[in-house]
Amino acid sequence: MKPAYGVWGLILLLIIAHQDIWFWEDTTLVFGFLPIALAYHAGISLAAAFTWYLATQFCWPTDQEPSAQGKETP
Amino acid sequence: MPQLLIICGYLALLLILGLGASRLFRGTSQDYMLASHSIGPFLLLMSIFGTTMTAFALVGSTGEAFKEGVGVYGMLASSSGIIHSLCFFLLGVKVWKLGKKHGYRTQVQFFRDRLESRWIGAVLFPVLVGLVIPYLLIGVMASGTVINKVTAGTIRDGQVVGGTFEEGTFPQFLEQAKNPKSDEPASFTYGSQGGVPKPLASLAICGIVLIYVFLGGMRGTTWANTFQTLVFMVLGLVTFVVIAWRLGGQESFWASLQMASSSIPLEKLTRTHIPPEKFFTYMLVPLSVGMFPHLFQHWLTARSAESFKLPIFAHPLFIAIVWVPCVLIGAWATSDLISIPPPVAANPNAVLPFLVKQLAGPVLSGLLTAGILAAIMSSLDSQFLCLGTMFTEDVIRPLYGQRSLSDRQQLLIARLFIIGIVALTYALSLFEPRRVFTLGVWCFSGFSSLFPLIVAALYWPRLTKQGAYACILAAAGSWLWLFCASDFAAQANFTVNVPVPIAIDLDGYWQLMPVAAMIVCSTVTMILVSLLTRPPSQATVDRFFPKT
Repeated sequence: MKPAYGVWGLILLLIIAHQDIWFWEDTTLVFGFLPIALAYHAGISLAAAFTWYLATQFCWPTDQEPSAQGKETP
Repeated sequence: MPQLLIICGYLALLLILGLGASRLFRGTSQDYMLASHSIGPFLLLMSIFGTTMTAFALVGSTGEAFKEGVGVYGMLASSSGIIHSLCFFLLGVKVWKLGKKHGYRTQVQFFRDRLESRWIGAVLFPVLVGLVIPYLLIGVMASGTVINKVTAGTIRDGQVVGGTFEEGTFPQFLEQAKNPKSDEPASFTYGSQGGVPKPLASLAICGIVLIYVFLGGMRGTTWANTFQTLVFMVLGLVTFVVIAWRLGGQESFWASLQMASSSIPLEKLTRTHIPPEKFFTYMLVPLSVGMFPHLFQHWLTARSAESFKLPIFAHPLFIAIVWVPCVLIGAWATSDLISIPPPVAANPNAVLPFLVKQLAGPVLSGLLTAGILAAIMSSLDSQFLCLGTMFTEDVIRPLYGQRSLSDRQQLLIARLFIIGIVALTYALSLFEPRRVFTLGVWCFSGFSSLFPLIVAALYWPRLTKQGAYACILAAAGSWLWLFCASDFAAQANFTVNVPVPIAIDLDGYWQLMPVAAMIVCSTVTMILVSLLTRPPSQATVDRFFPKT
């Protein structure tokens, strides 16, 4: 299987995992201060960052134009 | 008074930054509007993030968490982390490539070419401007509220104590307001409360942003955005620590965090009041970034396609850094550790500035307010600039031709149009306020309903100009209809209820976000009309979908 398919699969998984009906009524405080609904979705954000990093590595389009000739900034 | 001085100092600093950027301005409309395609990964990340994180993200998310609980993060923040980056990846990079190749500066120019339709702008331009206005309104309203609340006094026994200004300093119409939940006459207690009156504060913010946008154009805006994004991220975290510590009142920060969170009422920790289907359809709201005109313009400023990589994967992280503290703060405000006075509780937009004012000292609260204003202004500036660019490129140039206007004339026209729109938005902000979050969701929903159009234009060769017109009209029509049905956003929890068998849902219906209905409307219309009309010419298909 090509890595790109795996990355798109992960993104689909993220979208499914986002619908966390299993924590709907859970009032647990993770580490004693972070409501689980918030902790779980903060985790989704971190997972999204990692998945999109993989996407830029394995799914990046190869037919892009060369850099522009404008003045460079950081 | 120290708060006001610090806020004024920060605004002066921004003006100096605008002046500095104007020295780098190359004097051409290309540089003014697109910074000559020279923006690298870091500045692109900061400007895109600063632009998408508005008053909605700070003031709105805290206010909404105060009303609805911690589920707010899942409804919009974590979904945005997935969807925004998806849009940057699938749309942004492709748009940049086409823009660089064909010299586009606005969305309408792209659609005009892709759809072989000279007049698509006549339909798309008013719709886009019409949707940007509520977006601007969020920033204008919130900036006035924030400055007012931080400089206002506190209410003791129905009297205002310790405000920056005495009652009578400003004319009555600026100082007095009505309690939206009662028929009592307008009063100082529900008005400026000794702070800078909201209309004056909003006007000052509009003026400052206009000046630095006019001075520096896109380059100045990008630098100001980067600076302001850093400011609001750092000061946002400081705000979180200060509020947690003071609210929890324990010796250690960790113990204070635990104390503050353990005091949140149980109903604010769960999502029992949010139907899962509504939560699911909330995920369609962040699709709006695919059609934000100001974001389209930021994409075009990129130096290369590679510049997009950092924004794509860092964006979800940045969202978490800003939203998690804001949502927690909003939930803490519902606890019995702090008493929220009725005028503040009646206006969720005021919750964050109220907490800052109450829990931080005067100097710190001035600095923290500067951070909140930074988030607001870093969106307003891009929107102002984009409006001017769109008017010049999509209205004036097609009407007067390519050579009849000099660069200087184009810039002047762009600036006059920006002033006109800002004046209109400011006038709207003087009417009865809406919840920033609710207004934001309506605005984003409108842009999301146009999302199928940009996707089809980039990935579906069979899209025809008739299909595009039908899509825009269906999106605008369904948005207007539903917006009216919600009493112009006065019904904060408005949903579209779709009947379903009781075996599926015991309520007998699904409560969906209006955006779902809008997207279905625009997509179905676009596909049907495109399939029923003549396909685009082979030349256009070859131009936009070259065989590799």
